[in-house]
Amino acid sequence: MFSYTIRRLGSLIPVLLGMALIVFMMIRAIPGNPAQTILGQQATATAVAALTKDLGLDKPWHIQFWSYLKGLFSGDLGVSLRTRQPISQEVWPYLAATMELALVAMIVAVFIGVNAGIISAWFQNSWFDYIAMIVALIGVSMPIFWLGLMEQYVVALQFDLLPTSGRDNIRDPVQAITNLYLIDTLIAGRFDQFFEVIKHLILPGFALATIPMAIIARMTRSSMLEVMRSDYIRTARAKGVKMFWVVYSHSLKNALIPVVTVIGLQTGLLLGGAILTETIFGWPGIGTYIYDAISYRDYPVIQSGILVVAFLFVMINLFVDLLYAAIDPRIKYK
Amino acid sequence: MKSPIIEVKQLRTSFQTDDGSIPVVNSIDFHVSPGEVLGVVGESGCGKSVTSLSIMGLVDARTGKVEGEILFKGDNLADASEKKMRKIRGNEIAMIFQEPMTSLNPVFTIGQQLTESLRVHRKWGKKQAAVRAVEMLKLVGLGRAEELLKQYPHQLSGGMRQRVMIAMAMICEPELLIADEPTTALDVTIQAQILELMKDLNKKTDTAILMITHDLGVVAEMCQRVIVMYAGRIVEEGDVRSVFQNPLHPYTVGLIQSIPDMRVKKDRLYSIPGNVPKPGSQNLGCQFAPRCAHAMSRCISETPALTNHENGQKVRCWLYEDGKGAGIHDSAIS
Ligand SMILES: Nc1ncnc2c1ncn2[C@@H]1O[C@H](COP(=O)(O)OP(=O)(O)OP(=O)(O)O)[C@@H](O)[C@H]1O
Ligand SMILES: [Mg+2]
Repeated sequence: MFSYTIRRLGSLIPVLLGMALIVFMMIRAIPGNPAQTILGQQATATAVAALTKDLGLDKPWHIQFWSYLKGLFSGDLGVSLRTRQPISQEVWPYLAATMELALVAMIVAVFIGVNAGIISAWFQNSWFDYIAMIVALIGVSMPIFWLGLMEQYVVALQFDLLPTSGRDNIRDPVQAITNLYLIDTLIAGRFDQFFEVIKHLILPGFALATIPMAIIARMTRSSMLEVMRSDYIRTARAKGVKMFWVVYSHSLKNALIPVVTVIGLQTGLLLGGAILTETIFGWPGIGTYIYDAISYRDYPVIQSGILVVAFLFVMINLFVDLLYAAIDPRIKYK
Repeated sequence: MKSPIIEVKQLRTSFQTDDGSIPVVNSIDFHVSPGEVLGVVGESGCGKSVTSLSIMGLVDARTGKVEGEILFKGDNLADASEKKMRKIRGNEIAMIFQEPMTSLNPVFTIGQQLTESLRVHRKWGKKQAAVRAVEMLKLVGLGRAEELLKQYPHQLSGGMRQRVMIAMAMICEPELLIADEPTTALDVTIQAQILELMKDLNKKTDTAILMITHDLGVVAEMCQRVIVMYAGRIVEEGDVRSVFQNPLHPYTVGLIQSIPDMRVKKDRLYSIPGNVPKPGSQNLGCQFAPRCAHAMSRCISETPALTNHENGQKVRCWLYEDGKGAGIHDSAIS
């Protein structure tokens, strides 16, 4: 398992290099002088020259790429044109906000989705099964932005149960240690703030979780139905194992193999969905960060923001692959 | 003679299909005593597996219905609660399934699967159960037993898996072992070893065995008594020696004739013409009549009863009405 992990990590090197190259070329693909485009037509010649030098655009491209890579390796993601701050420092709170939202959404989606799928399969054709599958069908066909807006309208505006947007509305924020507010507030022992953070998480989290939850539930159900018909499940029952264990241990471990793929894919898509959800709910995450950068033509931020999201995506895939190997002993660690 | 450990009376198992409820096993009676090996033979599809699943209480309750009495140590299992059945399964009655390749769970180790009955029924700890598991693996002739406990089913050959299945069934020292074609999927040498092993276990532990097979050679090798099933009914029953030397029912005669004889080289092997009728396709008369060379008009319209014959043999055929007819031996078959 250990050497398998190392090998999988090694195979990521070309992927990461390719990603860096594409992101690197993005800015250079702008026709004419990118510095001029970034600054606009009214910019003075000195400003354009200064930015050209700042971005290193005056050097041959292979030298530019080399120094770009060297920068990446030492954790240098460039400097924001707008704020003049190093992106590697600036991006972290945004990234943490997205991760917190995505993680909460995914945990909820997996927990409810997998359990709904299991129970539907266990009690196939029961009322629970019918209702869960109808809800799941509605869930998969629901556009995220529509769901988000409806939530805001009904839950936040009409009934005033939860805040419409934002991540908290606290006067004296606790010290940011991880930038995951759920954890930071707990570390500080501020439970009032903790619940405030949860209240802000519910609506965007739900909007983000709906589609993956529905897909995971459907996938789990069909996978479980197939597994529960197999001979080895009959063997387990013939040994006198309780039905609960037959379902949640003997069946689930097998049924999870295809479900894990779906969870991985959905987590990747969820990152994309997060950008949409963040704009709707004013969530200060990486989506908002990139979105703002686009309107300011802050190219270094756009570049690095995309790189960070792509990196996350690759890491999720790696995690899913390792999870596979942990569940299914038939996967050869070769 | 010891009193039987299990007595099946008028067992009838039917399945709900598009054409209504169709009996697959019909009015079956038999009993097995401690230390005895009862053979059940019949062509594919005649209801052997359904009979054993009925005893185990593993017929899917949503589509199947089990009627009649299954008296096990005085209790009727046909209407026992799931909880009671769970305590019996794998503990007092164990089963070896037909398909060794698919009857073990691919994502759990041999050790986990082997020790499960002990942990469920006897609440043994991991260590104690592992010691016993190693003993059992050695008993069924598997070397490197300690190592084997940590392996997964895909690392084992078919013969090894079937031995594991036998060890798994015998580990709680059941009083009744149902072996559903335990050797059909194996090659001949391994088949002989496995049969020898089961015979040994039967002698050592006095376990009663219900030996289901379509191989008369296995019956001759292993059993004291045999019942011959055809299309869900018992058509002949008796001591193995009497039945082999003096088969009464034309179906039994056909089965015995179709055993390939090594000493005589024939151009073609004998086989009974036609196929087992689909359950429910024929309700009137003797089920075997359409394939029977001795069928009379009455065979098509009236169903014969299972009647007593000499030497305790029983037969369900109009040729032997009231035990008086000399049957097919008059009309010279060979
Ligand atoms: N769950 C079920 N629903 C409907 N019909 C069934 C079901 N299980 C078995 N049957 C039918 O019952 C009949 C007997 O099946 P069974 O598996 O007992 O045969 P068998 O004697 O064990 O044959 P084989 O030698 O091939 O194992 C078959 O015609 C089968 O189609
Ligand atoms: Mg069978």
